[in-house]
Amino acid sequence: MNNPTALPISIRGLTKKYGDLNALNSVDLEIKSSEFLTLLGPSGSGKTTLLMAIAGFNRPDAGSIKFGDAEMVLTPPHKRDVGMVFQSYALFPHMTVSENIGFPLKLRGLAAKEARGRVDEALATVQLSGLGDRAIDQLSGGQRQRVALARAFVFRPRILLMDEPLSALDKKLREHMQIELKQIHRQLGVTTVYVTHDQREALTMSDRIAVINHGELAQVDTPEAIYNRPKDQFVADFIGESTMLSLTRGGDGRLSFGSEIISSSSPNPSVLKWSLVVRPERLHLLERDVNTSEKQVVFRGHVKEYVFQGETGFALIALNDMTILSVRFGTGARSRIRLLELGALVSIGLMREDIILIPEEGQM
Amino acid sequence: MPVSPDIERSMLNGQELKSQKKREEWVLLGLSLPAIFVIALVVILPVGWLFYLSFVDGHGSFSLEHYQKMVEYKSYARVFIATFKVSALTTLICIVLGYPIAYFLAALPSRWSGIFMLAVLLPFWTSLLVRTYAWLVLLQRKGLLNDLAIQIGLWDSPVKLVHNMTGTLIGMAHIMLPFLVLPLYGAMKKIEPDMMQAASNLGASPVRAFGSIYLPLSISGLAAGSLIVFVLCLGFYVTPAVLGGGRVVMVATQITAILEHQFNWGAASALGVVLLLATVLVLYLAGRFFKFDTALFGKR
Repeated sequence: MNNPTALPISIRGLTKKYGDLNALNSVDLEIKSSEFLTLLGPSGSGKTTLLMAIAGFNRPDAGSIKFGDAEMVLTPPHKRDVGMVFQSYALFPHMTVSENIGFPLKLRGLAAKEARGRVDEALATVQLSGLGDRAIDQLSGGQRQRVALARAFVFRPRILLMDEPLSALDKKLREHMQIELKQIHRQLGVTTVYVTHDQREALTMSDRIAVINHGELAQVDTPEAIYNRPKDQFVADFIGESTMLSLTRGGDGRLSFGSEIISSSSPNPSVLKWSLVVRPERLHLLERDVNTSEKQVVFRGHVKEYVFQGETGFALIALNDMTILSVRFGTGARSRIRLLELGALVSIGLMREDIILIPEEGQM
Repeated sequence: MPVSPDIERSMLNGQELKSQKKREEWVLLGLSLPAIFVIALVVILPVGWLFYLSFVDGHGSFSLEHYQKMVEYKSYARVFIATFKVSALTTLICIVLGYPIAYFLAALPSRWSGIFMLAVLLPFWTSLLVRTYAWLVLLQRKGLLNDLAIQIGLWDSPVKLVHNMTGTLIGMAHIMLPFLVLPLYGAMKKIEPDMMQAASNLGASPVRAFGSIYLPLSISGLAAGSLIVFVLCLGFYVTPAVLGGGRVVMVATQITAILEHQFNWGAASALGVVLLLATVLVLYLAGRFFKFDTALFGKR
């Protein structure tokens, strides 16, 4: 649902230094109204710094943050009217669940009766109806998370910020909450900026993902585009599993790995060195040894190791030049790869549509 | 009698484990004996003796004479009122001075808060008597404070700052301040910084956030510190005796006076007993309003 009161966020030239460290290096980012955008990066990448700057909790050295047309960079946090879910939830321990959720409404001078209705509505949205009179320390981790969320959206902010809100939950509950958060976002239609270091979480929830590293945006794209068409080695490496194979360039511009031709021409002639990104689940075991064709590239090697991980597993295949390729396989009865002996010679196919080429590091 | 294998399993090593547990309990009890002995020796015996003396008249027989006098003579009531007044005022001054200090300490990064905490605790390391006489020097007619105030034109002629209530309060507040700051600092340290961020994010101005979030979350520490200060003040002797100059008569100074001038152990003991009971009453009433173990030891 598109929420007419949701606001786009426009960030320009945002810079923040901590001593010599560039926490944010002239970041430009346009977040669309009603969008669910995730800031994804390793710890220390600047993702939290960026979120805190949007919330107004840290003062950038330079730059502009606009909500709609209004410049916010000088506005104190309590006048920004953005909801935020903190990593620790930051629930007030001396207030009940209802008092916590009602706090922003009280600050906005809502009549008690209307406020109570809004609190009940918010409790229903996060499926905590009837728990309003509980003390905070009587709640489980998952319930606290929901209260923190309800408190962040109950005053109908135009922007919702979340700082790794699910990181304290166990895996099952976390995966359940990911879907639930996504549904609540769709229901509220509020522009949402979500911070996580968990790439799977980012892929699950986001309309778009902004991958951030060393205070700079590496790539801003849809989950599919980030996964299938990573722009550089960092993105390819950080999102999903991958093996990087260095390619050689022939005189006619052809890119090949060993004797197999990967691409007949370079995607960008000015870039000399290219790598092939191989996703383990995009590889498949071939029944018969065939040659590289128009349809697929074929690698040959020996099975070195099996790892069983439940729903899937992977095999490590040592190619002739001793490069190790990881092949992910299903673990059902039809999975033939598990029946192979260690050391067996196998042929592995990669469909040409699944080929991902990235420039090698340091020559963009 | 043959035992079924199931029962045998359920009692495997049962006797030995039980007696091991018993042995451990006896050892623990044995280890705490010295402490129990010392407490009996230095607390229960003297206090019991105090009670006994307060119920015995000059001829060695049981009497309520001392307590009767306390009710009859207005001077006793005045002493108790003065004691509670000085204690309450000292506590109030400590709250006004101590809250900002504790807030400042809690807000500092830890390497700095250590240094400033040292400054708060420094007075603990010098003798109480030395500190009290130092105030006497500072506050007297020709003392440092009067000289300075006259020089910068605060007042024209020396003001009487000592041997009265003013001097007593200044001295006592100085000595009691750390007792308020420490538990308060502890309570404030436990307030997560994101509490205030959350309040401000939800729309609370800094003043509002302080009033609705920070103050309620630090109030248990404030209450604990205030209670410690108040109770310590009730039985305080040295500072009111030296800086009060005989004009501020609290229970402890009155007890000394009775012993020095009348050598009346019974009357002095009765005063002590009433003060002790008053203190216990204060602690009990306060305990009903606040959970101090949480504030002092941080357990739930």
